[in-house]
Amino acid sequence: MTGSAAASAMGEWIEGAATIVDPTGLHARPAVKLTKLAKTFGAVVEVRADTDATWTNAKSPNSVMKMKAAHGSPLHIRASGEDADAAVAALVALVERNFDA
Amino acid sequence: MPSETAEAVREAVHRGTAVCGGVAIGPLHVLRGVAVARREAAATPQEEVGAFRAALAAATAALEAVLAAEDELAGDILEFQAALLDDPDLIEPIAATIALGTPAHDAWAAAMDTEIAAYREDGDPVLSARADDLADLRTRVLLALSGGEGGGGTTPAGAIILAVEMTPSSFLALDHARIAGVATTGGSPTSHVSILAKARGVNLVVGLDTVPDETLEGATAILDASDGTLVTNPAPVTLGEAEARRAAGAAARSAADARAADPAVTADGVPVKVMVNIDDPALLDLIGPAICDGVGLTRTEFLFADGAPDEDTQFTFYARLLAWADGRPVTIRTLDAGGDKPIPGVTFDGEANPFLGVRGVRLSLGRPDLLRTQLRALARAAATTPVPLKVMVPMVTVPDELERVRALLAEAVAALEAAGTPCATPILGTMIEVPAAALTAGTFDAGFYSIGSNDLIQYATASARDNPAVASLADPLNPAVLELIARTVAAGAARGVEVSLCGDMASSPALAGALLATGLRVFSAAPAEVGAVKQAIRASVSNAPEDGGDA
Repeated sequence: MTGSAAASAMGEWIEGAATIVDPTGLHARPAVKLTKLAKTFGAVVEVRADTDATWTNAKSPNSVMKMKAAHGSPLHIRASGEDADAAVAALVALVERNFDA
Repeated sequence: MPSETAEAVREAVHRGTAVCGGVAIGPLHVLRGVAVARREAAATPQEEVGAFRAALAAATAALEAVLAAEDELAGDILEFQAALLDDPDLIEPIAATIALGTPAHDAWAAAMDTEIAAYREDGDPVLSARADDLADLRTRVLLALSGGEGGGGTTPAGAIILAVEMTPSSFLALDHARIAGVATTGGSPTSHVSILAKARGVNLVVGLDTVPDETLEGATAILDASDGTLVTNPAPVTLGEAEARRAAGAAARSAADARAADPAVTADGVPVKVMVNIDDPALLDLIGPAICDGVGLTRTEFLFADGAPDEDTQFTFYARLLAWADGRPVTIRTLDAGGDKPIPGVTFDGEANPFLGVRGVRLSLGRPDLLRTQLRALARAAATTPVPLKVMVPMVTVPDELERVRALLAEAVAALEAAGTPCATPILGTMIEVPAAALTAGTFDAGFYSIGSNDLIQYATASARDNPAVASLADPLNPAVLELIARTVAAGAARGVEVSLCGDMASSPALAGALLATGLRVFSAAPAEVGAVKQAIRASVSNAPEDGGDA
């Protein structure tokens, strides 16, 4: 995650979390929805499964897919940049709505 | 045999498994999924990066063009592929490698190979399923780089497509209005592609005993998708006969389709119900309920394709299906996994003989957690419809299995009621797929019987349904099979409950007369076959042995 170091230099991280309701976790459709939404923000946005030590670029569907974030566990979300607050709020809401499944 | 050079082209008959459709005639178009034309890298790395970006844009545009025309099922696959083409973490490192001098096709192929291996690496079923989509995407971009269109754009009009293997996305990329049919050497009649073909009425034969040969490109061919054969370079007399059958089939089909929504009544005035089989949620967007008398079979396995769905996901689909049926009766089958339908993480691996192993209700009773969730969702859905929901249990062999499901259903309903959740108890029925169940059907306390003819044939004739070598023995017209069906129909009549048949036999117009002769009065067919099956019923009498014979 080369993005992390760069982003932290930009300023503070805004953090949030929401529980993944989908029984299969973050599979293709939710991964695509999440990354599409993340891309609408200028902020650097990253996500992390509860068991992961590192953060993943929330704008990369391939990376998000490979996180294998599991059902019933929290998904941690953080953003840094001008619209970081809105990005975290939007992504948390999307996960809470179960990706509009 | 005589001179090998006498005929440059010789008629050849290739056998496969019929999936759906009738006779098609056209030039062969051989799809070589991996045969991407060789290309030379551009003069400078900068130009090469430009070619790469242009290929990504072309592949994205091709995906989006297909996406616009497709349903939800296809959409999920294509959207994921399109999203990857716009993934900075994936694309930028490849572009950087190209900028340093690696040809675009090598850089792309190597990067995708690494990703595909990573997706398959640890056997995670959700990720492994997506590895095929990545492989498909790898080819799409390589085709775009070499100037191909990566889709069905170059397919000659009226062609019969010949391929080794076909992914759902490559199947969907074909322009179904322009092609005559599809034949594959791989594939199975129960694959995703087969189900898409049945829903769309595409002539399809799978499991051909011939590997597609590029020299066949453009050769005239006859695809008989009702018989499961592909004839290449047919002799004039063969071609003439096939043309007559094709024309007759086309005329019959248009006559049948014109009357698809009319009720089916036999030539001697007996009404017959024709229902549809629903394989996939996406079908509900493609067909209207007016063509059928209800849903005779809903295969719920597709809900489990990405792992076990939760109760709300299942409830949402069941309720949507019931709303679609608009008051017509609906039958939903509980999970029928195992045998030739393994579900990662659900079915047992390594059974020596999976068709005789822990499948259908045997598996559900061994995984009561999954069954309870499904029964709760079904009981909740049952409260949303004005007509009673029917739930059928697959692979039942003895009455006790049905009673154990009934006990779990009663528990689920009691729990929902205690919690104040709206619910109703569905009618519980037995599938008849095992000869033991057919011969003892009258001893089951079943609210209805649904004959699963594919498995009934395989068990009655000891012919595995996925083994082409014994396909000729798996004959639906074997008198033993018809006797098992007739006994089930009689047991239903004696107990005053409905008997329907939801296997492939009911989708075959040629078998309608034989089924009517067993006393069967409820058919459940693939949506694309409903019109033809109704027409065959109209042309048959209800229960008449052929004149003169008392065999």
